[in-house]
Amino acid sequence: MSASPLIEIKDLRIRFHGDDGRITHAVDSVDLSVANGATLGLVGESGCGKSVTSLAIMGLLPKQSAEISGAIRFDGFDLLTTPDQTLRDLRGNRLAMIFQEPMTSLNPSFTIGDQIIETILRHRGGSRRSARERAIELLRRVHIPSPERRIDDYPHKLSGGMRQRVMIAMALACDPRLLIADEPTTALDVTLQAQILELMRELKAASGAAIILITHDLGVVAEVCDEVAVMYAGEIVERAPVDELFSAPQHPYTVGLLGSIPRLDHRAEQLATIEGMVPNMAQPPAGCRFAARCPFVLDACTRLPPPLVEVSVGHLSRCIRAPLELLVS
Amino acid sequence: MALLEVNALVKHFVARRSLLGRALAHVKAVDGVSFSLEAGKTLALVGESGCGKSTVSRLVLRLIEPDAGTIRFDGRDLLALDAGALRAFRREAQIIFQDPYASLNPRMTVGQILTEPLALHDLVPPARRAERVAELLRLVGLEPRLARRYPHEFSGGQRQRIAIARALAVEPKLIICDEPVSALDVSIRSQILNLLRELQDRLGLAYIFVSHDLAVVKHIADHVAVMNLGQIVETAEADALFAAPRHPYSRALLSAIPLPQPKAKRTTVLLEGEIPSALNPPAGCRFHTRCPFVIERCRSEPPALLADGTGHATACHRTAELPSAAAILPTAGGFSPALAKLVAAFSQKAEGTSLAGVGIQCAASATK
Repeated sequence: MSASPLIEIKDLRIRFHGDDGRITHAVDSVDLSVANGATLGLVGESGCGKSVTSLAIMGLLPKQSAEISGAIRFDGFDLLTTPDQTLRDLRGNRLAMIFQEPMTSLNPSFTIGDQIIETILRHRGGSRRSARERAIELLRRVHIPSPERRIDDYPHKLSGGMRQRVMIAMALACDPRLLIADEPTTALDVTLQAQILELMRELKAASGAAIILITHDLGVVAEVCDEVAVMYAGEIVERAPVDELFSAPQHPYTVGLLGSIPRLDHRAEQLATIEGMVPNMAQPPAGCRFAARCPFVLDACTRLPPPLVEVSVGHLSRCIRAPLELLVS
Repeated sequence: MALLEVNALVKHFVARRSLLGRALAHVKAVDGVSFSLEAGKTLALVGESGCGKSTVSRLVLRLIEPDAGTIRFDGRDLLALDAGALRAFRREAQIIFQDPYASLNPRMTVGQILTEPLALHDLVPPARRAERVAELLRLVGLEPRLARRYPHEFSGGQRQRIAIARALAVEPKLIICDEPVSALDVSIRSQILNLLRELQDRLGLAYIFVSHDLAVVKHIADHVAVMNLGQIVETAEADALFAAPRHPYSRALLSAIPLPQPKAKRTTVLLEGEIPSALNPPAGCRFHTRCPFVIERCRSEPPALLADGTGHATACHRTAELPSAAAILPTAGGFSPALAKLVAAFSQKAEGTSLAGVGIQCAASATK
């Protein structure tokens, strides 16, 4: 990994102010960094703050209701204080995003060619003809068959897998340095998912872009990520190189997640379950946010919020009982 | 005798009509599907979007009428039942849907939702219904006092429990589970899967488990049928299928599942191209457009589903010649020794702190 990361998030906090005056703590003290060419997996269940974090990076959170503090340093900018005009120059250019729903993120009234060409002209300028050529080239790169014909199709004529390829082509249009992929394969069938994951690996190798992959699927993480951050109730509870996270997790929540997935490579009579519910984020608990569901809980856990500490080199855990090996030896 | 026997089931939907209402095009949703299911066992129907697995499950309940074929349930010919007999049959076979947000009436309390089937089939005298509702809620790991609440006050996993309780209300022999955990978070998913297994053991239920997720299927099924474009391409005991999948499509499906094991050594069979439309399925073998092992014969002659001595059936001309599937199978030992110990400790302690199955009873604390 290179010394200076491509993107560095410091102490990111996001609070949403509801109409009824309630404040939801969506993200709390998140620190993250991704090096050039690396892939970071951001993992967690619904409502853990993983998508909100990515929207904050893209500057896409509503200004009226979202209160954001901290810093997001990217390419010499602090994205949180960058003026809108500059952000618009960055988005779709050096900073690109793929969403889960390829059906809703393409405009149904323009051809896919128009939509890719618009991105190219907006950021790169040049003639429409050269932009069209580049668009065809991009569609070819994401393995769309006969791209010179497909480019004039409207989104409804494409299948789900094809639409997701178009979204990826569009995201790649200006050779982004950072690509954020928010559940890019969740809406797809498994054989298509395998194709898209293969495509992402291919593109990563070819372009050297950094990727933040947001997903709830630990299998997808294991296949494409170099490093993983596990989020729970708005916080990062564990961060580790991918091999370490899967072989020796250091946070009980990660242990519970890994134990609860049915797997092809392991036979479990009974799957692990994580009892209880995610805490109410309008009033987050005083101590560890996972304490109420944690089988290894101590009194001390509920008193003070645990810090994210390094258990071994590059492996961080927000659990005062780490290293967890000591609990079972 | 099998609880359910389905033979040569066919369902074509009209996709386009002429000006005069004549059918011009058909979606061949289900095209000659046969299987049987023993009481107390689980059959998984596996396949990708549009393969007809959900249509089969609806045909089995006669929620839609088949164009051809027979369905025998407990010895009775389902397709011959009149309205009254059909209603009686529905006591014995129930269904749970994927989306627990859409399958419960938002204007009814949980108590009302669970009382409805009791009243409809007149199973329990009115005075004892509240008691039966409480019993059903306990059975699925919810507290009886929650009967007064409305569906919106529950999380997705809890709603799925309510849907299961509703299905259990009529004491069925068969429950069709149509992607019952696909919409749920991973930790909730395991709770529901454990619950379904526990209920099966306790009540002797048979399940038809419709899913696209082979890892989930491996965990829950006794028998598996893999479907592609309206037909079963392979069917076998679950252990046999996962140990040695034969049909190229089953292999591709199995190998496409990402393993939660970063250094997993196995080959992924990447299928080229898109899933063909059931509106105009390819001639010959319906998988031939995407099959890596295709030969000329596959393009013209549809393969029959042929069983070997063990009951492992495959619809492929090249079954005997295909290479071993060993390379695409995940190597065992996905759990490192450290992880195995941690997971065991996690489960053990979790069980100690809450009574098994009854630990998830409080409704979402965020709802007031």
